[in-house]
Amino acid sequence: MRHADVVVIGGGPAGLAAAIAARQGADRSVLVIERDVKLDGILNQCIHNGFGLITFNEELTGPEYAARFEQRAREAGVDFLLDSMVLDISNDRVVTCVSAGHGLVQVQAGAVVLAMGCRERPRGALNIPGFRPAGVYTAGTAQRLVNIEGLMPGREVVILGSGDIGLIMARRMTLEGAHVACVAELMPFSGGLKRNIVQCLDDFQIPLLLSHTVTRVEGEKRVEAVWVSEVDEHLRPIPGTEVRYPCDTLLLSVGLLPENELSRQAGVELSRVTRGPVVNESLETSVPGIFACGNVLHVHDLVDYVSQEAAVAGAHAAAFADAQAAGRELAAAHEVPVEAAGGIRYTVPQSIDPARMPDRLTVRFRVGGVYEHRAVCVYLDGERILRRKRDILVPGQMEQVDLRREDLLAHGTLDKITLTLEEA
Amino acid sequence: MAEKVYDVAIIGAGVSGCSIARELSRRRGSFVVLEREDDVCCGTTKANSAIVHAGYDAMPGSLMARLNVEGSRLMPGLCEELGVDLANIGSLVVCTDPEARPGLDDLLARGEKNGVEGLRIVERDELRAMEPNIADAAVAALYAPTASIVNPFQLNVALAENATTNGVEFRFDCPVGSVRRGQDGLWHLGVPDGEVVAHVVVNAAGVYADGFHNQVSAQKLTITPRRGQYFVLDTTAGTHVRHTIFAQPTRMGKGVLVSPTTAGNLLVGPTAEDIDDKQGTDTTSEGLDEVRRKSAITVKDVPLRETITSFSGLRAHQPGHDFVIGEVEGAPGFVDCAAIESPGLSASPAVGRMVAGIVTDILGLPQNPSFDGHRDAPVNLERLTPAEWADLIARNPAYGRIVCRCRHISEGQIVDAIHAPLGARSLDAVKRRTEACMGRCQAGFCTPKIMEILAREVPGLAMEDVTKCGPGSGFIVGHDKHLAPAGKGGDAR
Amino acid sequence: MTEEKRRLTCIRCPRGCALEVTLVDGVVATVTGNSCRRGDVYARAEVTNPTRVVTSSVPVAGSATAHMVSVKTAGDVPKGAVFSVMEALRDVTVQAPVRIGDVALANVAGTGVDVVATRNA
Repeated sequence: MRHADVVVIGGGPAGLAAAIAARQGADRSVLVIERDVKLDGILNQCIHNGFGLITFNEELTGPEYAARFEQRAREAGVDFLLDSMVLDISNDRVVTCVSAGHGLVQVQAGAVVLAMGCRERPRGALNIPGFRPAGVYTAGTAQRLVNIEGLMPGREVVILGSGDIGLIMARRMTLEGAHVACVAELMPFSGGLKRNIVQCLDDFQIPLLLSHTVTRVEGEKRVEAVWVSEVDEHLRPIPGTEVRYPCDTLLLSVGLLPENELSRQAGVELSRVTRGPVVNESLETSVPGIFACGNVLHVHDLVDYVSQEAAVAGAHAAAFADAQAAGRELAAAHEVPVEAAGGIRYTVPQSIDPARMPDRLTVRFRVGGVYEHRAVCVYLDGERILRRKRDILVPGQMEQVDLRREDLLAHGTLDKITLTLEEA
Repeated sequence: MAEKVYDVAIIGAGVSGCSIARELSRRRGSFVVLEREDDVCCGTTKANSAIVHAGYDAMPGSLMARLNVEGSRLMPGLCEELGVDLANIGSLVVCTDPEARPGLDDLLARGEKNGVEGLRIVERDELRAMEPNIADAAVAALYAPTASIVNPFQLNVALAENATTNGVEFRFDCPVGSVRRGQDGLWHLGVPDGEVVAHVVVNAAGVYADGFHNQVSAQKLTITPRRGQYFVLDTTAGTHVRHTIFAQPTRMGKGVLVSPTTAGNLLVGPTAEDIDDKQGTDTTSEGLDEVRRKSAITVKDVPLRETITSFSGLRAHQPGHDFVIGEVEGAPGFVDCAAIESPGLSASPAVGRMVAGIVTDILGLPQNPSFDGHRDAPVNLERLTPAEWADLIARNPAYGRIVCRCRHISEGQIVDAIHAPLGARSLDAVKRRTEACMGRCQAGFCTPKIMEILAREVPGLAMEDVTKCGPGSGFIVGHDKHLAPAGKGGDAR
Repeated sequence: MTEEKRRLTCIRCPRGCALEVTLVDGVVATVTGNSCRRGDVYARAEVTNPTRVVTSSVPVAGSATAHMVSVKTAGDVPKGAVFSVMEALRDVTVQAPVRIGDVALANVAGTGVDVVATRNA
């Protein structure tokens, strides 16, 4: 069996940043296992710009952003196993993978970083009634066809869901010669970034129909039309509002789901809200020595935050592996749960050990609705230690607050940390 | 050149038509199967409950009862011989209304009359031990240990592959129009590129069988498409129940079943709606709502949020509610195999034998001494030990390259499906043969990869010409910045 | 003197600031709502001469690893020229090897801006 101090599952932006961090400070063996023949994951097909403003202070395309991390990882001496699919992670961190080149490979890892990313919610999960013809694609599948294969999956397009990939694809399809009739969004607000609504829809006069959904797909072999209806406040289609859009393509951008099948096999506890692992301040899952970061942990809006988060996971995984190698026991944790309240859907991490947290710890979260003029507040057992005003918070945007270790330690015994929204 | 005259032309490459074809291939003769779609298993067979019913449901004395029981007895041996997934998990007909409890005894008696073995009533406590997620209201159930689940795609494909290996010809994209008996006493079937001429015609055309029957007989047949809508849940929900759970039919109507599938998913459905449209395989919000509601009658907490897809299929129902099998009066050599609704899949091995027997009697066909009924099961990575898999990869690395990440289907398996007899030519055909695309991402990740493999492996097939399910179902309408004019490319094929 | 106010959403970063531009006699007087200097620059350009970066993919010949190479305009082009840029790229094919930053098409559609590769192939 092979051995690696840190095994990173997934060679996308999260995996690369985690691996680079895990190589820092000591000569550890770090192995990234990637199922594709190429590193960089989904960034390969995200050819639009808007990446890297935080990390590099310039606006890069996805492939350019990824190339910089890939180069750093190579320079840092990270090992790669490409074209290799991880089949299993045991709870004692034996990683089994398969590849055409190496057959079945088992690696004993000192620590594991989960960085498998996410997948798109398919049509079936939405139960859109109608036929199941060709011409229904997730936005990401269409993105791959257009950007990587150079093939157009349709010429007259309706998009359901205003997630960022859907918005980006509205522009891509338009630029490459298709016509996008509309983007229908079930919720009364968009799930994508505002800038994408402006530059991907408004620039091309593509209507965004809020509180609308697709209620029927026509066409037995290939999509011939889709029906779009307005929905009421319970998100139910309002009879009589149906409009038939003749088209040959329906693109779906209706949510991303962290890909945690391997995590589940390893016995990692998953959150019902994020659908990702429940993690502590070190981004360690419920299984000791297995860490998580990026979209497998929770769906991000910006890759820059993925890279930041992944570096934290990678550094902690390295520390765990070092302790394992030295036969050291890490100090037992005293985890304090972090509660999300007042419209905040979740936090990552979900628990914090004040003794083990760094001087500043970033807590990331998302809200469940649109909130204007609120304050993000943090309470330690009822004592407010932080209040940050926000003009607007929307579900499509990930938010964060930094907690200071000294504040938590100063509080003494602590049972619960609460993040909540209050009127500003 | 004189037209070829076949001994037998079978209309329809569903499980009935292919079972008949394979049984006929035990005989010497020339046989052709005519299928309107681009592949086998494109009608009723691809969209049903995938159950091998024990046989207590059908009325004693009916053809349905006899062929169901006989078919379910033949099924394990057939699946073994053809390398088809079958799991003998047993079924439970659950009674949730104490007043209806005697109905279970009636069902038991009926099943025994039909010759079903091992039937017994299980009471509340035993039922709960067998099925922890059974509804709280459940009072008892009829347990049928012989009931099984089968992979209907594999069964249909395997029957067809084995038939063609034994000499049966298949023509796809070949809808039959007119059926007439010529002066020559032969049957002339109108097809897109002319005529197919045969001594005997077998009408195994599913919901379209009445159309053919009525061309040759004054005794009219009416097949009503009875639509059934279903949910398929992720494998994470696949062990929510261990048996096939039926609801006892009551005054309130028939319930829906909740069952594991051989692929490890959970299947919930169907509705039973009589519709007019023989192509009406669309789902409706009302239908899906009904399934959702009814699933809770027998099983609690069905994790419907784990749904990965929904579908609907059409059963070929006729008012007499029995199979219609036999040579049509006044139309010598025209053999019906019609109204094969549920339990048609269960009965298919027996249906094949019966119809082949009728045809053999008409034509007096001799034995085919070179018939080989064995078909190697396709590679199934899940069944291999790590050592076996490693060995396989060493011989052919394509078995180590995972294409479908949800179901762990390798490139090697997809290539095998393409190069098998009657090999896959479309994405759905690959899907039926390999289970790629049937996982939780529902082909999101693997569609472009499978298109690439098809384009590479099928001579003359360009990536932009790959279809989902034959002509008219293309994925691609042009290249970036070079859209083909409307009417060209994918949607015009 | 005519005063006009225009509301914009800044697209220069994901924050998407709500900007308000005040024009006096068609000339930008003030920009408010921006959180950084980029927002100010964006607002001024957007009401007078809006510009965009265009990204696309073009075929690559002779590469073992890719059919297509992603490209972008190396800088902003006038918003009105976006479709001209796409038209100019219509029959562009690049030859492998390609490195990030290599020019795929110089001075695209007369904008004075080059189209450059954004991936290696």
